[in-house]
Amino acid sequence: MKTRDLSELAVRNLREAVLRNSLTTLGVAVGVASLVAMLSLGVGLQTLASQRLTRSGLFDAVFVTSQRNFRGPRPPQPSDASTKKDSRILDEDARQQLSKLSNVTEVYPQIRFITEVRYAGKSESTSVLGLPDSSRSSGSFDGMTGSFFSSPTADEAILQIEFAKVLSDQPASLVGKDLTLRYAERAALSKDADDDALLDSMMGSGKPGGISIVPREKTLRIVGVIDSDPSAGIGGFGGARVYLPLKTAEQLHVAQPDDLQPFLSGNSTKPSYMALTVRVHSPRNVPQVEAAIRQLGFATFSLLDATKNLRLVFTVFDLFLGLFGSLALSVASLGIINTLVMAILERRREIGILKALGATDRDVGSLFFAEAGVMGLFGGFLGVALGWLIGSALTWGTTIYLHRQNLPGVKISYVPWWLALSAILFAILVSLVAGLYPAVRAARLNPVDALRYE
Amino acid sequence: MPPDSMLICAESVSREYRLGEAVIHAVNAVSLTVEKGEFLALLGSSGSGKSTLLSMMAGLDRPTSGAIRVQERNLAELEADELARYRRDTVGMVFQSFNLLPRMTLEENVELPLRLAEVDRHDRQSRVGEALERVGLGARRRHRPSELSGGEQQRGALARALVNRPAILFADEPTGNLDSVNGEQILLLLRNIQVSLGMTIIMVTHERPLAEKFANRIALLSDGRLVSDGVQR
Repeated sequence: MKTRDLSELAVRNLREAVLRNSLTTLGVAVGVASLVAMLSLGVGLQTLASQRLTRSGLFDAVFVTSQRNFRGPRPPQPSDASTKKDSRILDEDARQQLSKLSNVTEVYPQIRFITEVRYAGKSESTSVLGLPDSSRSSGSFDGMTGSFFSSPTADEAILQIEFAKVLSDQPASLVGKDLTLRYAERAALSKDADDDALLDSMMGSGKPGGISIVPREKTLRIVGVIDSDPSAGIGGFGGARVYLPLKTAEQLHVAQPDDLQPFLSGNSTKPSYMALTVRVHSPRNVPQVEAAIRQLGFATFSLLDATKNLRLVFTVFDLFLGLFGSLALSVASLGIINTLVMAILERRREIGILKALGATDRDVGSLFFAEAGVMGLFGGFLGVALGWLIGSALTWGTTIYLHRQNLPGVKISYVPWWLALSAILFAILVSLVAGLYPAVRAARLNPVDALRYE
Repeated sequence: MPPDSMLICAESVSREYRLGEAVIHAVNAVSLTVEKGEFLALLGSSGSGKSTLLSMMAGLDRPTSGAIRVQERNLAELEADELARYRRDTVGMVFQSFNLLPRMTLEENVELPLRLAEVDRHDRQSRVGEALERVGLGARRRHRPSELSGGEQQRGALARALVNRPAILFADEPTGNLDSVNGEQILLLLRNIQVSLGMTIIMVTHERPLAEKFANRIALLSDGRLVSDGVQR
């Protein structure tokens, strides 16, 4: 029999016992729905975690230090003769060179310093950190009081709430007010002959030049107060209490702890960085960029290994969710077997008639097989829709709960196209396997016995 | 080698059934030949083995021993699929209880053998229409079996048996569920088909008057044995 005729007859047969077949199909749908809902939860949570981690900037960043001064938390890298020879100072030239590497989106220094903050007659010491403009989309500033910096060079500041509380009993009221930073500016020493002579005599060396530390003040407009400590970690923004736009912080030329090194090495006119953060397009690009940076003679560190472990955890998580979801589908497959075996008993005479009219064993078996497949197909579609609804309900409920806790809502369930397609195919496969036994049993019926059946 | 006019040749055909320790000889060493275009009535009382013999000749059942040759093929030796093809292409069947599928309309019932034979969808409609017109049910094609009288159902079953243009038509007690008027109409129809199409008809019945009135030849069975075989006229 042709496939089209087979399908038409299968659908027609299913329509005849509409209640029983609908209930069986619903059983398949519930099984598929539980599978889809569980896996969509796994996929959703994995996507959420990946997005959060990516937005945090910890996994798409490489932290670069000079091999001369600071090796970071990674165990010392192999220090063969060539790397020692090529190790370089992390200065502006190096920053430009790193920014030109492929897949690099941004290179910025970590500018962090201790300063004195003056506000309404109060004077408090605290730490200040420069934030790159990309931190705007990190998610760390979602839901804060006020807003992010209006521009990358704005004379604006964001306060961490604990520090804001020190300045005012009503931290939110600080938004829009001005505060003053008092800091130590690093400047090149003027080329005065007397000064050179004085410095030479002090240093006991013939090398010219030096740096001066000058106290300065800068007035900044408070634009936001943030509850949490935005993204802590290596190279992260944690630990500081006052945040400025990175470019604004750079323009202050605040004296840094490592300013002394170039001065001592006789290269005081070219300021160097203690560390640079290199941001890449995607966590996938991290190994390649890290290798390229090491080739340039710098030490690197990234948190890529942590993402690998995270993927492993989520894969195991998905596996278990899938197993639990499949259990429901297995129960549903028993329903299919039961329905089709009942159908064989009811349609025994019909099978006899079909055989008398020339249907082969294969035709009869295929008909029952097709009926199981059709139930699987409809059950699969219905199940995916049901699973999506369950996932959406979970997301909705979670969002309501989070809003009550004054937290932003999250999408914890996600049904990608491949999950929907796989679930439908899996439902058809399970249904066909379930239909195998009834199909074989129907095909083997003796036509004379079947025709005698009342 | 059987003569060209011979269509079916049953050679010492037996069919046994086992019921526990007992062996029932439903058909016992029956030899019979049927010629092309013949209308043969297998006559006998209930349990005489006539329906079992018909089932074996129609390819629904296999003999325990002996051979049934149809168009140079021994049905006893055919594979299951070959036997199914024989039923589909060579044979048409009419049953006592009509055996129309209740959920299908009359035309869908008649179309069923054409679906099984994978006949082109376009050709099917014309062949279904032709078969229904032949039995006088052209106007009832969209009706379900439950909406038809017994006589109409049997005529519908006859249209279904004819739609694949078989060489042999087997009818198992075709009048058994009909009143005498409708029974005679059906047998008249069978007779017309035999004459007009030159079709071979083998009919099982226990009604001697009808067999004598419409069949060319009557073979009488009793306790599984062929007791007489004679041409009517």
